[in-house]
Amino acid sequence: MRSKTFGSFAEAVADIPDGSVIGIGGFAAPGTPYNLIKALREQGAKGLTCVGNTTGGAHQPRMPDIASLVENGQVKKVIASFTAATRPTDVLPFTKYYESGEVEAELVPQGTLAERMRAAGAGIPAFYTPTAVGTELAEGRETRKFNGREMLLEYALPLDYAFVRAHRADASGNLVFRLTQRNFCPLMAMAAKVCIVEVEEDILPAGALDPDAVHTSGIFVQRLVKVPAAPEGIWAVRREERKK
Amino acid sequence: MSDNSARPIHASAPSGAPATGPVKGWDRQQMADRLAREFQDGWLVNLGVGIPTLCSNTDIGDREITYHSENGLIGYGPVLSAGQEDLHLVNAGGQNVSLKPDSVTVNHADSFAIIRSGRIDVTVMGAYEVGANGDFANWKVAGQKGGGIGGAMDLAACAKRVFIILEHVTRKGAPRLVPSCALPVTARGVVTLVATNYGLFAPTGQGFRVVELAPGMSFEEVRAATGAPLEG
Repeated sequence: MRSKTFGSFAEAVADIPDGSVIGIGGFAAPGTPYNLIKALREQGAKGLTCVGNTTGGAHQPRMPDIASLVENGQVKKVIASFTAATRPTDVLPFTKYYESGEVEAELVPQGTLAERMRAAGAGIPAFYTPTAVGTELAEGRETRKFNGREMLLEYALPLDYAFVRAHRADASGNLVFRLTQRNFCPLMAMAAKVCIVEVEEDILPAGALDPDAVHTSGIFVQRLVKVPAAPEGIWAVRREERKK
Repeated sequence: MSDNSARPIHASAPSGAPATGPVKGWDRQQMADRLAREFQDGWLVNLGVGIPTLCSNTDIGDREITYHSENGLIGYGPVLSAGQEDLHLVNAGGQNVSLKPDSVTVNHADSFAIIRSGRIDVTVMGAYEVGANGDFANWKVAGQKGGGIGGAMDLAACAKRVFIILEHVTRKGAPRLVPSCALPVTARGVVTLVATNYGLFAPTGQGFRVVELAPGMSFEEVRAATGAPLEG
C-alpha cells in the first residue's frame, strides 16, 4: 500500500487551493488539529469556508483556531454551532470580523452540524430533524410532518478537506482516538475528499492496530503527520501552564 | 466553552431589599441542588454550561444518575483539580472531568443520536428568559449578530424534559419569567420546571405555578418580580 505518511505539516497542506471547504475537528482542546491549522495559516490559502464547533475561545494565550485564520484574511465563511461566546460578556477574537462583515457565518445547531457531515460521508443528500423547528433558524425553510411532528429539512455538508487529530494511526490511515478526542473527527473524515490527520503517537506499521479497536477506517483518511514533541509540535496544555 | 462555575456569585437580593439581612433566596449551588432533587433513579441527564453543571456536585444519595455530555461522553464524574486532569477528557463546558467505571465515549453523531432519539430523560440549561407558554431563549441576546447555540436546540427539541436554571430577574431588575419570550427562542413549549434564586416554578401556559419558594421569599415579593401571573 502507498504510504499516507507525510514528513511535515507544511507538505501535508501544501496543495490546498483557495476557496476550499475545510472541516476542523475538535471540541475544546481534545481533537483540535492545532499543528495543521498553524500550517494552513503559513500556507496562506484564501477564500476558505471553515467548519467547526466554534471559531475558538476568548482566553489568552491563544491556540491556533479558526479565528486565527480569519485574522489572517484567509476565511470567507464560517459554519459553526457558536458564532458568539456562551457568556455574552466574553468577546471572541472572531466577533469584530463578523460584525464588520469581513467574514460570513452560518450558525448551525451542534447535532445538526454533526449529522450534516455524517450524511455527506454516508451518501445521504439531506434529512429531516426536529431540531430548531419553531425558531428563527427555521424561518422560510422547508418543513414536513412525520408522525404528526414537524421536522426541518437539512442538507448534507460535504468538505473538500478535513483536519483532525487522533491518538494512534497505522500507515493505512486507520485511526484510534482517545476519550473525548473523537467528537466531530470521524464525521469530518467521512465528509471530506481529503482527510489530513495529525497523530499523537508514532505512526504504526499497517496491521498493527486491533481491527476491532479502529474508530475510523483508513478508507476515510488520506494523509498522516506525526506531531513532534513540543516546542516544535503544538500540544494541549493545562490552563495554569498556559497562563505562565 | 467558557466556564464560570467557579466564580462566586451570590443570590441577588430582591429589588429594593437591603444588601444585608436575613438569608433570602437560593445561591447558585442551591438552585442546582433543588433541581437535582427532581432527578429520578436511572435517569440519563444532560447538564448545560454554567449553573447547570453544579447539579453534578449535588449529593443524590443512592439514586443512580448518568450524566451525558454532548461531546460524546456518557457517564462522567466530578471536575478534577489542577494537576489531576486528563487533557483528552472534557465535558460540554471544556472542564477536565473524571471517568466513572462505566463511562464511555462516542463520536458526535452518536452522541446526538442519543439526544435526538429521546433517550435523555432531562436536559438542564441556563436561559435568558422563560415563557409561561414553555418557550425559552438562551442562544442570542438582543442586538447580537450570530449567537451561541451549541447543542441547546437539539437537546431542547428532543429530551424528554427540559429544566431551566436562571436568576429570577436581570441585573437591571427586569423579570426573566415572562408570558412569552422577547428574545429568539431555543425551542417552543418544552420547559416543565424552572429553578431561580427565588424558588421553583412550573410554567402553566398562562403563568407560573409556585412549586416551592426559596427561604425568606414571600409570594408577594416573587409575584412583583415575575412578568407573568404567579399561581399559588
